[in-house]
Amino acid sequence: MMFEVINMSFALPEIFMMVMACIILLVVAFIGESSGAASYWLSQFTLVVTSIIVYQSLASAGVTFDGSYIKDALSDVLKLAICIINVVVLLYSASYLRARNLFKGEYYALAIFATLGMLIMVSSSHFLTLYLGLELLSLCLYAMVAMHRDSTMATEAAMKFFILGALASGMLLYGMSIIYGATGSLALASIATAIQTGDLNNTVLSFGLVFLIIGIGFKFGAVPFHMWLPDVYHGAPTAVTLFIATAPKIAAFAMIIRLLVDGLGDLHQHWQGMLIILAVLSMIIGNVVAIAQTNLKRMLAYSTISHVGFLLLGVLSGTSEAYAASMFYVLVYALTTLGAFGMIILMSRQGFEAENIEDYKGLSEHSPWFAFMMLILMFSMAGIPPMVGFYAKLAVIKAVISVDLISVAIIAVLMSVIGAFYYLRLIKVMYFDSPEKQHEIHAPKEMCIMLSSNALLVLALGIFPGSLMAICITVFS
Amino acid sequence: MEQVLFYCFSLVLIFAATMVVTVRNPVRAALFLVLAFFTSAAIWLFLEAEFLAITLVLVYVGAVMVLFLFVVMMLDINLTPLQEGFTKYLPLGILVAILITIEMVAVLGASHFGLDVVAAPLPHAEGYSNTKELGRLLYTVYVYPFEIASVILTVAIVAAITLTLRKQKRKTQNPAEQVKVRREDRVRLVKMEAVKKHDEVNTDEESS
Repeated sequence: MMFEVINMSFALPEIFMMVMACIILLVVAFIGESSGAASYWLSQFTLVVTSIIVYQSLASAGVTFDGSYIKDALSDVLKLAICIINVVVLLYSASYLRARNLFKGEYYALAIFATLGMLIMVSSSHFLTLYLGLELLSLCLYAMVAMHRDSTMATEAAMKFFILGALASGMLLYGMSIIYGATGSLALASIATAIQTGDLNNTVLSFGLVFLIIGIGFKFGAVPFHMWLPDVYHGAPTAVTLFIATAPKIAAFAMIIRLLVDGLGDLHQHWQGMLIILAVLSMIIGNVVAIAQTNLKRMLAYSTISHVGFLLLGVLSGTSEAYAASMFYVLVYALTTLGAFGMIILMSRQGFEAENIEDYKGLSEHSPWFAFMMLILMFSMAGIPPMVGFYAKLAVIKAVISVDLISVAIIAVLMSVIGAFYYLRLIKVMYFDSPEKQHEIHAPKEMCIMLSSNALLVLALGIFPGSLMAICITVFS
Repeated sequence: MEQVLFYCFSLVLIFAATMVVTVRNPVRAALFLVLAFFTSAAIWLFLEAEFLAITLVLVYVGAVMVLFLFVVMMLDINLTPLQEGFTKYLPLGILVAILITIEMVAVLGASHFGLDVVAAPLPHAEGYSNTKELGRLLYTVYVYPFEIASVILTVAIVAAITLTLRKQKRKTQNPAEQVKVRREDRVRLVKMEAVKKHDEVNTDEESS
């Protein structure tokens, strides 16, 4: 049996990141206790250089490692997004971690390994690579949630996350093995051709598909596999919540596109129905339950569930414009959530978590600028023009209408109206309630600048969404 | 003959797997898991996958299960609170289990995976080495997943150490410090009068 010569240059971002992760580990081992700052800067350096490497090689595309690794426009754009978002995530969380004695080298080593897992997922074209990338990512996330060992809530959240995550991975793996049994291959490209050409048994394929969708649904946090999400978002230290809520969702989007579109694209009629159920339930339960929350982190968790529902709308429509709309949605979601959790970190200080909605009472009097930034972010999440969230919602709803799923579109619109309530409530609390206590903001200057530009970018993209949308459309054309 | 053996091992495997989840004593559950591993290794031997069979016994039975037994022995878990909800959820659990079994038999049974659909694997030629075949694939076609797996193991070590290593006061001796010690650090001379005065002795006796 021959085996092709490996084109290592395609995998340069992953190779570089892995080498740097090992270097960070060594630095941690040698410097010891005070390795926080060194590993922080090394991680930032790694992420920036990796995104430069990805940017430099945008033109090339192809498959290598015997069909395990794919480099295409989708993987490049998503890798770039993941690296840039993680740079901002680490920048926001530095002061928070410092105040809570979590500013340690291990944290950054795990963060870089988690990013490596995301990159592997994004450019996998093989069941094995996809699964291993997912496991690498999840393992790092479990450890990061549990790192705050003195907090019982964080430990409980980590335990739930770990057990449910392991179960979901098992489901995913079982689905993969069934599909392997039916098609005789693990590479997504050969699975697609096997389904297209051979007269395979659809019963077996859809049986495997059910398990795959359970796994995907869990990793996204779609209803009814959402139970872990509020507890983990609430229990984990806010810096870790910020990490979990942003870039891994982009990786999960890549996973759903690779598995369902690249691999099982011809079974579209089978998975469309399942995704409709997930999407509709996620939108309803996410939005309705979020109304009852008094804790901002929990509220944002339920809002994430509803956003996942919207994101699935684009995927289930099954046209290339719809996939582009979905990709636009996930990028916008990551950007907005980054800002929202960044605000919680900004308002928190040593020994105090600004995680209750009450804590934001009368914020506009003490720091009108940041109240305005929060207003932009919440408007964007609610989908109010001219913020970019409006455009994202519009694009996915248009995608659903284009395939004549009018009733699903009506539910989506209704649910986004219900969802507007709890976002606007936070704005009402900030602007119209009288302050109960002094809001002191002790954040470093670079974080304030980055957070402001983050929120302003949400506004700017809302006014000029064309360029980002054009990128998403070229990826899927 | 081979078929008879296969069914024997399969029955033992199913029995052992059921016992693992139903038996109350965790040590017995672990031992039944060992039995399950042994029988599945035997089934692998029928497929001429000797290397995998031996690895299963060596790694899982030899290393993992022994560690597992150690953990069970050291933790002394009280299982009664864990089993409180058992009877409450039992009917629902049985219902779901029966439904899933029926569905799985319908999908995975002989109609879709029978010998007329998927042909039986041919016996390998003489001189075929399962170990060699696996090694070649692992370092050529599957080199990328193989590397990722090693990264995952590294992360597992890092995560385990991060979560369990606590900085605590070490009870170790530092020879350098011990050598540097001076007489003044250890011995203190206290001047005392040889004989106590009479009245003080009296008060001492009264108080005691």
